[in-house]
This record gives sequence, C-alpha cells and structure tokens, in this order.
Amino acid sequence: MAAIDIKNIVKKYGDGFPAVNDVSIDIQDGEFMILVGPSGCGKSTLLRMIVGLEDITSGDMMIGDKRVNDLAPRDRNLAMVFQNYALYPHLSVYENIAFPLRLAGASDDEVDKKVRNASKTLELDEHLDRKPGNLSGGQRQRVAMGRAIVRDADAFLFDEPLSNLDAKLRGQMRTEISRLQKRLGITTVYVTHDQTEAMTLGDRVAVLKRGVLQQLATPRELYTNPGNLFVAGFIGSPPMNFVPAEVDGTTVKMPFGTVEIPRDKAERAQGKGLLIAGIRPEHFNDATVVDEDKRAGHTFRANVDVVEWLGNEAYAYIPFEAPPEVQKQLSDLEHELDGDQMRTQLVVSLDGASRIAEGDEAEIWVDATKIHLFDPSTGENLTVDESRAGRIPEREDPNAKKQAEKMADEGEEIHSSEEV
Amino acid sequence: MKKKTGIGTWIGFVLILVWCLLPVAWIVSLSFKSVEETSTGSPQFLPKDPTGENYSAILDNGDFTRALLNSFGISLIATLLSVIFATLAAYAIARLEFKGKRLVLSMALAIAMFPVVSLVGPLFDMWRTFGLFDTWPGLIIPYMTFTLPLAIWTLSAFFREIPWEMEQAAQVDGATSWQAFRKVIVPLAAPGVFTAAILTFFFAWNEFVLAISLTSTTASRTVPAQMSFFVGPDPFNPPYSQLATASVIVTIPVIVIVLLFQRKIVAGLTSGAVKG
Repeated sequence: MAAIDIKNIVKKYGDGFPAVNDVSIDIQDGEFMILVGPSGCGKSTLLRMIVGLEDITSGDMMIGDKRVNDLAPRDRNLAMVFQNYALYPHLSVYENIAFPLRLAGASDDEVDKKVRNASKTLELDEHLDRKPGNLSGGQRQRVAMGRAIVRDADAFLFDEPLSNLDAKLRGQMRTEISRLQKRLGITTVYVTHDQTEAMTLGDRVAVLKRGVLQQLATPRELYTNPGNLFVAGFIGSPPMNFVPAEVDGTTVKMPFGTVEIPRDKAERAQGKGLLIAGIRPEHFNDATVVDEDKRAGHTFRANVDVVEWLGNEAYAYIPFEAPPEVQKQLSDLEHELDGDQMRTQLVVSLDGASRIAEGDEAEIWVDATKIHLFDPSTGENLTVDESRAGRIPEREDPNAKKQAEKMADEGEEIHSSEEV
Repeated sequence: MKKKTGIGTWIGFVLILVWCLLPVAWIVSLSFKSVEETSTGSPQFLPKDPTGENYSAILDNGDFTRALLNSFGISLIATLLSVIFATLAAYAIARLEFKGKRLVLSMALAIAMFPVVSLVGPLFDMWRTFGLFDTWPGLIIPYMTFTLPLAIWTLSAFFREIPWEMEQAAQVDGATSWQAFRKVIVPLAAPGVFTAAILTFFFAWNEFVLAISLTSTTASRTVPAQMSFFVGPDPFNPPYSQLATASVIVTIPVIVIVLLFQRKIVAGLTSGAVKG
C-alpha cells in the first residue's frame, strides 16, 4: 500500500499531440481516486503512465517515496483491471488468478491458498475450472478483479472496468468494487467517463478536460461548488442549466424573469456585463408545491414544452432564446461535453405531485441561493465557495493553467491539420 | 434458420469427391496389384487378385526406408527451425515499429515468389564448395528459406489479432517481455503456429526439384527423389504397382499429421480473452 503522487506530468505523443498537460494529483494512501472526463481527455493515458504502459514525457510519478518514471510495469507492483478485462483465454479461471503469483515464483500451497481466498471474496468458487470464454461478462469482470487482489499490490488501477456491462450489472459491480476497496483499504485509481460512477465511488474526483486538470475535489464539493463551466456541466444528471444572465445590484435578469440573489454572490459578479447563470434542475420547482414564504420574488411564468414524468419526480422542458455571444459559448461547452443538444432549453425538475402538463403556462420557483454565475469568456465560476471546492488549478496558479490550456490548444491544431 | 441440404448440393459434393479422390483410389488399388497384372496391361479398376507383396517388397528395400528416414528427419527439422524463426520474426513485425519493417516483409514475399528451379544451379555450386552437397543441412537450409516467408506472413497475421492488452496485462502482472511472449502470446497464437508448421512440413515433405538436384546418394535423398529411381529392369515398363505403393506410404504420414492437428487449427481459441 502506498500513496501515489503525480507531479506536473506531461505526455506528448510522437506526433507532438499533448495528451496530458501538466497534471498534478496527490492520491493519499488508501484513497479511492476517480479520474473522469469526456473521451479524449487523457484520463486513460494518465492511468497508463501510473502503471508504466505509457512513457512519461516530463514530470515525476511517485509511488510511495520512490520515483517510478523509468521503472518497467512489473517493477511498480501495481494491479490493473483493463477495460476489456484482458483475461488469458487459454488458462482456467484458477490459473488466470494465479498467474501473477506463479510469475512471482510462489509455492503451490501459497498459490492455492491465495487463489481460493480471492475466489471466495469474489464468489468465483464454482467457476475455478472453467475457461474465461465460458463466463458471462460479470464473471469475467470478477476474474479480472481476482487477478488484481490476489497480489499484495501497492495500488489498484481500474480502466473503465464497467463500460462493457449492461446497466443493471454495472450498478451491482459498482457497489461490489466500492465494498471491496473499503474492505481492503487499498489505494485505488479509477478511470471512467461516467459521472455517476465518479460520484458514487470516489473519495475524491479529478475532472480532466483535454489533458488539463479542471478540479480535484470530493463528489459533494464538485456538485455544489464547481470551479468552472465545464465541471458544472459535466457533473450532475440531468446536467446543470446554463442561461444568460445580467446582474444589477442583487437582482439577476434572466430570459424568463428576474430573481433576487444573496448579496455576497451578487457582489462578486458586479460589473461583469453579460454572464452565464448555472442552475441545477432540482433547484427549480412547481411554485404551487413550494411554501408561500419561500416563494416571494423567486418565481417566474413560463411555457412548458415537454414533461417527462418519472413517478417520484418529473422533468419539464422550457425553451428560451439566448443572445448570440452566450449561444456560442454554450454550444462550445456542449461540444466539449460530448453532447449534441440543438436548442437552448431549461430542464426543470418538478415534484412528483406537480400537475403541470405539456403546453401549460406554469409558475416555476427557483432557489436563488443555489445559483452559480460564470464568466462567459473564461468559464470561471464567480460565485464559487473556495473553502468548499477542493482544488481548482486556475485559482492556485492561473498562469500555469493558462499555459496548460495553450498546450492543449496547440494539440488540437495538430489534429485538425491532420484531418485536412 | 436451418435449411435442409438440397439435392443439388449433394450432387456437387459427390462430383467434387470423385474428382479429388479418384486418383487416390486408383493409386491405392494399383498398390495391391501384382507386377504381372500391371505390366500385362489390365484395364479393370479393382485388383483381380489383391496382394500385399508390393508393401513387403518396398519396406524390405533398404534404399526406400533410408529415403523415408531422410524425409522425416529433414522435414521435421526444417519445420521446427522455420516455425521458431518465423514466430520470433512475426512477433517483432506485428508488435514493434522499426525502420525497414516494410522492407523485411516485401523481401520475404519476394523470396516466396522466386521460382525454386532458378536457384538450383547456384545452390548446387555453393553446396559443393561448402561441403553441404548431399547432406541433411544441404536440404534443410533451402527448405527453411522457402517456407519462412509464408510462415512469417501467416503468423504475423495471427499475432496482430491478439489484443495488445494481453501482453500489457501480463507485464503489469509481473512478467518480463519474454515471459509475456512465451506464456501468453505463443499459446494464443497456437492455431497459427500449427498452421505454419503444417504448411512448412508439407512443402519439405513433397519437394522434388531440390531433393533430386542437391543429393547424389541415399545419405540424404528424400522419398520423392528416391521414387524417380524406381525404374525397374525394363525402361519402357516401369513398375507401376511399386511406384503406387511408395506413393501410398508417403501419403500416410501427411494424412496422419492433418488428422492430428486439425483440432488445433481451430479459430476462436482467443474467444473469451476480451469482451467481443
């Protein structure tokens, strides 16, 4: 067991494409760290650099107190579960799990003891003699984990281990991984593009975009205090609503109406012109189900386009018009989040008891204390509560962050020029 | 949905089988006829009076058994060496990026395209100088050379099919590159290795031009070459039944090998390695 310290890691591929730009993450001993981001954000590359399957261009990779940049994977004593499991098809489940032990030259008794132990933990006892080809997806996944836990590795690394499973199994395995990690108390780095996995599994989550670290914080901090537009849009499902807003005193003018916000938030956004307000769907509600005294000054009327009723709650969709300067920023953000939303609309989460129907003009309440205000040009969250936002690199050292973003931009140029 | 095999398909099967197997049946039938029966010219297909004397005669023939031993030895050694070299070369070609990779592959292909006959003259001269003429290595080396390209191409195709993750998983599990290759990659490429081995063996086993040109005695002459020396006392009347018997005997090992290995040459051994 050991801590993993990633210091200013840079990865440039042979064609000059920078996959990871100056990323620093400190992973505590026994911590469950999630690397999350949209496809191509460098999260898998970073994981492969930790395990040694990818060379490090610059920076220091520390495991425990040892710098491992130049060590071969087998000398790093890490266990990894691959996205496609990478089981050895010619070996039985037993031998698959025993493989690392046999390589280490363990005696037959010791191998047997450890393999049976691992198979008991993962409930693989009745499958030990079978070949991986005859197992279901979930069982293969467990064999891959067995191969990892059978060794006394310093850390576990998971590369999108659940992406090949169906939704139900994914939920079960997620709980299983979490339970296993808590029980073994081993340092774990887990790569995923799924924000639900990130939120549910991680002690802390590192959000990456284009190889640049955006924010490193606990799931709760990320959710309540996103450092910038990207993190705000990435974390949460359905995603946060972004609407153009103008602050005047303590009032915020948005396309659908004007609401009052707390003074300290308003002060920080003063005189910045046109902003982007971010409001999570659950911070709206049907005004009729909200207490009278909370309602005052925080409601607006809008035409509901579509309603999706889910039983415990309902999602209402309210289209709005955005001015062109914000429109561009929002569609760029959508692109970065791998999304494909055509129109600007509000997603509003309503109470299950709400009677609002499609086509109604409804009165909607908004929880103004939870509104975030973002600078449209930099994407920075102006209203972030820094004491509860974990690490936001651009706040610590804006220049370093800018430098890293610039490198990522250059990388994109390399790729777009290749496409021509 | 399964459809019953149509009558037309069956007629096709029979026609192809007759086309392919009639010569074989003819040779087998010939091998059981006495010398008299073949030399007097008898048009019937089945032997009038089946006899095993051809078999006992040919197995008593010291030259033939010696040739059989040569054939086995030379073919097996050539196959073994060729497969070992091809496996290593193909792995490098499939996995590594190095300068001249294309050159190696196209050179290999060029060698395969070279007509064997055109090399007989130079090889004959060289082998006489090196003292390799009429020796086992004298045949093993050219056989290896001519079968390597095919083996390399076959195997590198197999290696490319094996996902990179297999080696990476092995390396993370604590294997050196060599251990990952030996314990994970080679077993996974087994169908390819066996395919390459069988093709190589057949080539060496059936080869005639080099066998007849680079040998002069039974010290290294292989069966196909030795059979051309079965002329009998009358040049206008070769001992057909004995030739047929020899043909049957050299065919048997080939059939046995195919039957043994055909189970190994099944695709899909890699199933279950990765989610597919």
